[in-house]
Amino acid sequence: MRYLPLTEADREDMLARIGVSDIDALFSDVPADKLLKAPVDLPRARGELEVERILGRMAGRNTAAASVPFFCGAGAYKHHVPATVDHLIQRSEFLTSYTPYQPEIAQGTLQYLFEFQTQVAALTGMEVANASMYDGSTGTGEAVLMAHRVTRRSKAVLSGGLHPHYVEVVKTLSEMANDEVVALAPDVSASEDILSQIDDQTSCVVVQSPDVFGNLRDLKPIAEKAHAHGALLIAVFTEVVSLGAVVPPGAQDADIVVGEGQSIGNALNFGGPYVGLFAAKSKYIRQMPGRLCGETVDSTGQRGFVLTLSTREQHIRRDKATSNICTNSGLCVLAFTIHMTLLGQAGLTRLAEVNHANAVKLADALAGVKGVSVLNETFFNEFTVKLARPAAEVVEALAQKGILAGVPVSRLLPKAGLDDLLLVASTEVNSDDDRAAFVAALAEVL
Amino acid sequence: MLNRQGRPTQAGAASHEDHATFTGNKALQQVEPLIFEIGRTETTGVDIEQPAPFKSRLGSHARQSELGLPGLSEPEAMRHYVRLSQKNYGIDTGLFPLGSCTMKHNARLNEKMARLPGFSDVHPLQPLSTVPGALELMLELARYLMTLTGMPAVALSPKAGAHGEACGMMAIKAAIAAKGEGATRNVVLVPESAHGTNPATAALIGFSVKSVPARPDGTVAVEDVKALLGPDIAAIMLTNPNTCGIFEPQIVEIAAAMHEAGAYFYCDGANFNAIVGKARPGDLGVDAMHINLHKTFSTPHGGGGPGAGPVVLSERLAPFAPVPFIHVEDGKPHLIETRAEAPEGNQPFGRMTAFHGQMGMYVRALAYMLSHGSDGMKQASEDAVLNANYIRAGLADLMSLPFPDHPSMHEALFDDSWLKGTGVSTLDFAKAMIDEGYHPMTVYFPLVVHGAMLIEPTESESKAALDLFIATLRDLAMAAKGNDKERFTGAPHHAPIRRLDETRAARQPVLKWTEAQPVKDAAE
Repeated sequence: MRYLPLTEADREDMLARIGVSDIDALFSDVPADKLLKAPVDLPRARGELEVERILGRMAGRNTAAASVPFFCGAGAYKHHVPATVDHLIQRSEFLTSYTPYQPEIAQGTLQYLFEFQTQVAALTGMEVANASMYDGSTGTGEAVLMAHRVTRRSKAVLSGGLHPHYVEVVKTLSEMANDEVVALAPDVSASEDILSQIDDQTSCVVVQSPDVFGNLRDLKPIAEKAHAHGALLIAVFTEVVSLGAVVPPGAQDADIVVGEGQSIGNALNFGGPYVGLFAAKSKYIRQMPGRLCGETVDSTGQRGFVLTLSTREQHIRRDKATSNICTNSGLCVLAFTIHMTLLGQAGLTRLAEVNHANAVKLADALAGVKGVSVLNETFFNEFTVKLARPAAEVVEALAQKGILAGVPVSRLLPKAGLDDLLLVASTEVNSDDDRAAFVAALAEVL
Repeated sequence: MLNRQGRPTQAGAASHEDHATFTGNKALQQVEPLIFEIGRTETTGVDIEQPAPFKSRLGSHARQSELGLPGLSEPEAMRHYVRLSQKNYGIDTGLFPLGSCTMKHNARLNEKMARLPGFSDVHPLQPLSTVPGALELMLELARYLMTLTGMPAVALSPKAGAHGEACGMMAIKAAIAAKGEGATRNVVLVPESAHGTNPATAALIGFSVKSVPARPDGTVAVEDVKALLGPDIAAIMLTNPNTCGIFEPQIVEIAAAMHEAGAYFYCDGANFNAIVGKARPGDLGVDAMHINLHKTFSTPHGGGGPGAGPVVLSERLAPFAPVPFIHVEDGKPHLIETRAEAPEGNQPFGRMTAFHGQMGMYVRALAYMLSHGSDGMKQASEDAVLNANYIRAGLADLMSLPFPDHPSMHEALFDDSWLKGTGVSTLDFAKAMIDEGYHPMTVYFPLVVHGAMLIEPTESESKAALDLFIATLRDLAMAAKGNDKERFTGAPHHAPIRRLDETRAARQPVLKWTEAQPVKDAAE
């Protein structure tokens, strides 16, 4: 077996040195009737070539985004990632390192975490950011728990514009902890009355912008009302590229900002791994979940970085910890940071502009198709269209024509009476030809 | 020497022994500033064409302020991150005996497979008719995990080990609630030796935690568990093999006692690498166990993640598995994504995460399993256990074993009683290992032994590598006992940076880069 360096002779020598006759003597604490005598019922070892054939065949059955005109979003976005990013994250010293618990030989990881935290704080307009969460949805769940700790209350109000998967994640955590959740009905047109839901029992209000239907939302009045009642505003985004174009949540007085960072540096990966961005006002740092990297000096005065404020964390506080989280999205963070460093503000601003321009072009073109209406007044790179037929049928028919046309709202919210709505995203990867093909095919299908 | 931010930039610039250089660099070790100190806001390493003029639909939401983020050109960015990488230690650098973490070889075939466009470039919500191969991969991974554990169901979506723990404990809570015992069964037993995530998870799910004492031999005794059982006990969270590296000899009896008391057995599967192909958790009475794909099945640790933590479930817990899951009907896979769509007999407790979990990790883990096969995985576990015991045998006369009566599984635990009176601490010893070119073992965990040193070599090491490692540790141990304290107290001497002031980092947290004050302010 190519991954196992020991030879049979080595094994015999080693057993002799240990002083046992055979390997099973080392498994003597396993009840004898539970120790397997033969390998389990699975195929035997295979060479690289054979493994490549098996997995290559499976991969070949899937339609890759780059191979077709592609307009899916709803929390995961197809962007171009520079070749440099994937090369660098595969450097052995990054790929095969562990959590930087020995900072003297992990300054590479620690420094990029520090750079990442600074970038996320700047993007969101917040004072501090952590070293990442698993993804945007789990980060949102953690943000709600953090707000409960800060306010010592346990009622969360969720906007109807919050991604339905995020709503479910928050609800699941809250049900388990017996916390209250007020989840507003799906709000396609950003017209819900969330302000009237905020009262003196409210711990936090969770609002997404751009919301799951693509609308941009004004967070400031919500922050004001929340603060007047001693509650926190948690601002959520699922498309981080939008922050290159829109007012950041920090400038609207959000208390916690959480979002999905996949769009920068990370592939679609059928949903994971992604990278959760998490930022807050600095007065709340001791209630933050997850790892934090901080600056310090070594014994000679040289600047260095360490994981810090770990007295919040499970390995020290156990059942009193701020979270049970024990990893971050290290390598996805690195991909994000490298891509963001390549972009800089000049590149990100331009990227956001192109995304918005492409979405506007697509919206205008789709609005001209009979049986289609664009519902959004405002949007960034994704919007909702109403179709004359159920969106799932339309998407399936367009897939047969080689076009991945977007995400039917019914995929996220079945049986909600929203079957005729389709979420459509357009990023920098879409060409004029892609849009023309989409428009023509849609006209045929409707 | 201070840089323009007024911060010291160099190690030992004042010390002649260090052969100070003008740049502060030491040959291949380059001093590397932060991107905020070398980048410029007008620079970008990505060429994107400006769009033709168009009518914005951002309304009143257009950003007014500057981002303040510097960019680097491509060659600058490449050099910056390559230099950072050179300050890191990885498995590919050398032996990485970090107990409880299973730092095994990361095969590059797995990386290559995960990057096939059919896996990496598919959207989680594109029509299911366009991703049959993705569902096939998930089903195949599930089959391997269920076969290796002898369990009838698996929830794939948890994003890491601790997330998997939460998933398993939520399934237990849902099962208890379904029996109408939700109000009364709310205490979880956790041994003192447990990972910190176990009590943290139990608390997260709304359970209170009761500690199970450890026996002097490092194991949990069924009598101690039984003494705590009652109608309030929901479950036990037990790591097996445990964090002392010992297979719990009474695990079957403990499982039976839990079940008899109407409670559940959650097994922390962090140490599964010791027993893959040797023993199946399902045969031991486990109700739920997370599997760290980034440990046992070699998906890269990547400097702290991303992980993946699928949870295998017993028949009793399977109906409560969260969405999404794949339901096979008439030989066809159906992805169930919402509670509303769950087929008859399923009562999903909810959703752990957006989308379907860590697909990129599933591919890597399955590539590992396909490569090893049933025979290779069994051999890998045997080699992991053999290597740990070989190290133990090579050091037992110099270092102290807290639990000599049990063989070690895949990791060997020492305490610091052998260092008594030397003035050298476990931490000093670990830092001296850095100078010798090794990543230290896990230190001060588990908490049940004093000054713990937990050594897990994994199956990826050759005998020659183990022999050199043992010889090195023996030399260090002799030095510690021989009063050669200089090797330890200031260590590491040869790392890119010396021992860091962690207290200062926590007392005056600096969590992001900020523009330094003008120099005249600093001088005042």
